[in-house]
Amino acid sequence: MKTNEEVREQEEARDVGTLVRVTINGREYRARRGATILEICQENGIPVPTLCAHDDLTSAGVCRICSVEIEGSWALQTACTMEVHDPGMVINTHSPRVRQARRAILELLLAEHCGDCYTCAASGTCELQEIADDYGIRELPYERREPRFEPDDTGPSIYRDMNKCIQCRRCIRTCDDIQSVGALGVFARGPEAHISTFADMPLGDVVCTNCGQCITHCPTGALREVDHTPEVWKALEDPDKHVVIQTAPAPRAAMGECFDLPPGTSVTGRMNTAMRDLGFDRIFDTNFTADLTIMEEGTELLLRLKAALVDGDTSMKLPQITSCSPGWIKYMEHFYPDMLDHLSTCKSPQQMFGALMKTYYAEEQGIDPESIVTVSLMPCTAKKFESDRPEMVDSGHKDVDYVLTTRELAQMIREAGIPLPILEETSFDEPFGDASGAGLIFGATGGVMEAALRTAYEIVTGREVPFDNLNIEPCRGLEGIKMASVKLEGVVEEWSFLEGAELKFAIAHGLANAQTVMEMLRDGELDDLHFIEIMACPGGCLGGGGQPMPVNDEIRRARATAIYSEDEDLPLRKSHENPHVAYVYEKFLTDGPCGHKSHDLLHTHYTPRGRELK
Amino acid sequence: MGDRVILGPYAPGTAVDAALDQRRSDVVMTVRESGLRGRGGAGFPTGTKWMLAAAAAGDEKYVICNADEGEPGTFKDRVLLQEYPDLVFDGMVTAGYAIGAKEGYVYLRAEYRYMLDALENVLEKMRSEGRLGNAIRGREDFDFDIHIHLGSGAYVCGEESALIESMEGRRGEPRIRPPFPVVAGYLNKPTVVNNVETFALVSRVMEHGADWFRGIGTEESAGLKLYSVSGDVQEPGVYELPMGITVNALLETVGGTDAAAVQIGGASGTMVTRREFDRKIAFEDIATGGSIIVFGPERNLLGVLENFLEFFAEESCGQCTPCRLGTMRLLEGVRDLQNGSVEPERIDALRNLADSMAISAKCGLGQSCNAPFGSILDAHLEGVAR
Amino acid sequence: MTTRTRIDWNNVVQDVVDMRGEDHTALIPILQDIQRSHGHVPREAQNAIAIALDVSQARVAEVISFYSFLTEEPQGQYIFRLCQTISCEMDGKDEVASALERALGIAFGETSEDGLFSLEYTNCIGMCDQPPAMLVNDDAFGGLTPQSVQDIVADYRRKGEER
Repeated sequence: MKTNEEVREQEEARDVGTLVRVTINGREYRARRGATILEICQENGIPVPTLCAHDDLTSAGVCRICSVEIEGSWALQTACTMEVHDPGMVINTHSPRVRQARRAILELLLAEHCGDCYTCAASGTCELQEIADDYGIRELPYERREPRFEPDDTGPSIYRDMNKCIQCRRCIRTCDDIQSVGALGVFARGPEAHISTFADMPLGDVVCTNCGQCITHCPTGALREVDHTPEVWKALEDPDKHVVIQTAPAPRAAMGECFDLPPGTSVTGRMNTAMRDLGFDRIFDTNFTADLTIMEEGTELLLRLKAALVDGDTSMKLPQITSCSPGWIKYMEHFYPDMLDHLSTCKSPQQMFGALMKTYYAEEQGIDPESIVTVSLMPCTAKKFESDRPEMVDSGHKDVDYVLTTRELAQMIREAGIPLPILEETSFDEPFGDASGAGLIFGATGGVMEAALRTAYEIVTGREVPFDNLNIEPCRGLEGIKMASVKLEGVVEEWSFLEGAELKFAIAHGLANAQTVMEMLRDGELDDLHFIEIMACPGGCLGGGGQPMPVNDEIRRARATAIYSEDEDLPLRKSHENPHVAYVYEKFLTDGPCGHKSHDLLHTHYTPRGRELK
Repeated sequence: MGDRVILGPYAPGTAVDAALDQRRSDVVMTVRESGLRGRGGAGFPTGTKWMLAAAAAGDEKYVICNADEGEPGTFKDRVLLQEYPDLVFDGMVTAGYAIGAKEGYVYLRAEYRYMLDALENVLEKMRSEGRLGNAIRGREDFDFDIHIHLGSGAYVCGEESALIESMEGRRGEPRIRPPFPVVAGYLNKPTVVNNVETFALVSRVMEHGADWFRGIGTEESAGLKLYSVSGDVQEPGVYELPMGITVNALLETVGGTDAAAVQIGGASGTMVTRREFDRKIAFEDIATGGSIIVFGPERNLLGVLENFLEFFAEESCGQCTPCRLGTMRLLEGVRDLQNGSVEPERIDALRNLADSMAISAKCGLGQSCNAPFGSILDAHLEGVAR
Repeated sequence: MTTRTRIDWNNVVQDVVDMRGEDHTALIPILQDIQRSHGHVPREAQNAIAIALDVSQARVAEVISFYSFLTEEPQGQYIFRLCQTISCEMDGKDEVASALERALGIAFGETSEDGLFSLEYTNCIGMCDQPPAMLVNDDAFGGLTPQSVQDIVADYRRKGEER
């Protein structure tokens, strides 16, 4: 018998990270100690079906489809949860027992599922469909269960049809663990168990940020964006409508994935051509208003700094926090309604563009704003909600009429039979033209901060930011929370009060990280910070809830690379050098950044919502 | 019923005094040497469980008494908690001493709430007598207190990791194992979860010694066991008998010799018929947590199976696919069988489903459905009862 | 119990939370207390609990939906839970069930209009040696017959009306 001491030593000897020998399907492999069987199989190209497992999420081991046989163990083990510690583990991923169990699980799931593959938005990308196909399930030994749920189509952003749900709980883990929102739960138990919201309320009525991460983590078609394509088609087909589309920076870095191009393929020019072919009258770049945002938000920051440092005005809250991400805004309104003063009053680039389109653009072009239909292409489902916010009518009209996600536009391009991968590249249209790389990098986490620094530093010091080729590396990468600072020295006279100041900032993406930052801020640990960038989605907009599936960090990194390399290739890298922005201030927003006119059109206010449900 | 030991006289504190006379590691050794295996049904060696928890890193450890007795046909824990609470609590204190825990919890099923006040009174008395709380029996190095956590009506919480989830304020859904609770249990700390009867037996082992216990029963299944006997017998009730007793011998003791079939281990156990009545009730033959349900020749066995499957479908936590949907499909199948319109292929398919659940469900609930399904179906097809 | 007067659930929740604490491990004890004192945990209370314990409303509600002794809908002052599991099933459960329905004037799954009684089935209550058996709130009754059930119901009706 072993003593306690010996047992402890044995435990400690199980060093994670060293290599151990395992046998899988009769072949030997070297595996990282502590890795799951699933990870080892994936690293070695051995297919194991999964449904509840997702690279972004901790394992739940609930679907059981990845069950494998381990020598010496009577029951099968789930590959997604079983870690390899002891050398010599003998694993079989396709023994008769494994196939029998997986087939039984699949049959149970398929008989539970409504099976409307031909009308399902997930057809072709559905993970359940794919596994059923691999297993050649041609008939079911059970009667299909009657649909139990009314689909929820009442929300502004997200459509839920639980008759397609297989209860993998990826949505719940995403909403809880990545986003810290907790809109979803599992209700009842046994065969009556189902995923729902508090009191089965529509998603639009509960504490939900509309971020759509549940959608991008759903293996089936149970969760989808609210479809705006019918309205957009209708507008395009109406000869009396002048239909303009603005395209956010992130979709162009991911759209290619919908056409079998590898992640990280930038399709900006080809996408512009495709949208023209679809019949949009003008193609604009949201990066233009991203540049404008930098002018407004940067000015706002400098004004807040001046108020705090020179005037001793404590009503102007620091740190200032970005406001581009509508999921993040709604999160703040629900969870930190008492801290809304920290948010920049700037509208998001989408809404700035909408407001300008039906005012400045309409005037410039002599078009009746009534006949303008503004569409935006966004990587985001929360943008649909944002465009519907009652205050977003400063142009005197609904500033943004329709929001298409990357997936929806891809659908339209496919319906029209437009061969996106082989199209010629075309540019954006005047009068907004091509924007700066600073606007482009808004699509990646840290991008707003980097863009703001490129401009603010230069305004304050008269010199370019002291980073190689303007690439501010501390702002980049997928680390959940990044903090850094830049010292301001040799400042120009107007900003002399900032001489020697250390501009401190933080960047967070994914709302769970945002929560950490907000709790630190509330606890007074971030009082010396000046500026915080927060994006609701992991990776920033490039990992948005409206982007193609699947998604994981590898894909997010590829999309980020596409964005950063395009930025590096652009002639224009700084928002304040965008001549079109200068022109708009000269001709239209004549009292300058944060002036009256821009306040009327480009700034907004927020609604404290709290968490209480009615 | 002869001289009873488990259910015999007990002077409160005896077990704890005996334990405190030994070093902590020797208490673990004593329990190991007694051959005591968990009485909830799974039969994991209690001493080994304690040894793992004692060896696990960390100062904060917990002892949990699983009083979520919910297996159909079992009520021995009810009797122990009502009539021998000191025996159970002393077993917990012994465990606390052995593994170095300061806190223990009794997870008492909601259906037993009527015992709550009496149990709290016993705990209070123990505290006032220095048998619980700080410096037990004057030992400055040993503090241990017991709290009662009330369940809310869920059979699956009898599964130890589900029980822990429930104690932490969540749905009682079984966790991924490993890690097992002895390494990461309540609040992620090393935790020993034992059944009520197991703790009672620990006290008897401390009282009478490991050799005494080891000397009863079989090589692999040492000691005495409490059996909850119900159904078609003259004297339903709790019986104290050695492990390894044959079904026949048990039926004779309880007045059930007319039995056509016996369900051993509750709804999740196995049905044996007359020709198997010489089999032993022991971990090496037919394991049980103590539920013995006896069926006379007039019983409709498919009806019994239907009743069990209704139970499983209602009590499945719904977390994993095989159990959530498999229980429902097995139930459908048995109802169709009852209606008499089932092809042989369908029966094969249902057996296949039950077997698949056995190897792929996440916890014992789904894994054990095939035991009653297969054995009761066999008994029905054999025609041993109506 | 199920009085029709307006209840300030925020106060109810606050009192219980003050006693049980705000730790997540207190969630189920809090729900049990409110269930016991008010016969159910309505949405308003769930909402207040979620905020007090800093968990999502969905989390509170999913826990209630999991356990059969926690309910969102109001239950009677006395809840009759008749065991439906095998030993009781085999020994006269159906006759006792009919007798209970007659004596209480409600069917299984119902609560009487005066808010006095609820009737439901439950799974094994550990009384298999005394079938058929039931729980009435915290009291266990075994060896039930259609006759004994009438007396038991009459007792509770009297108790309930005295209060």
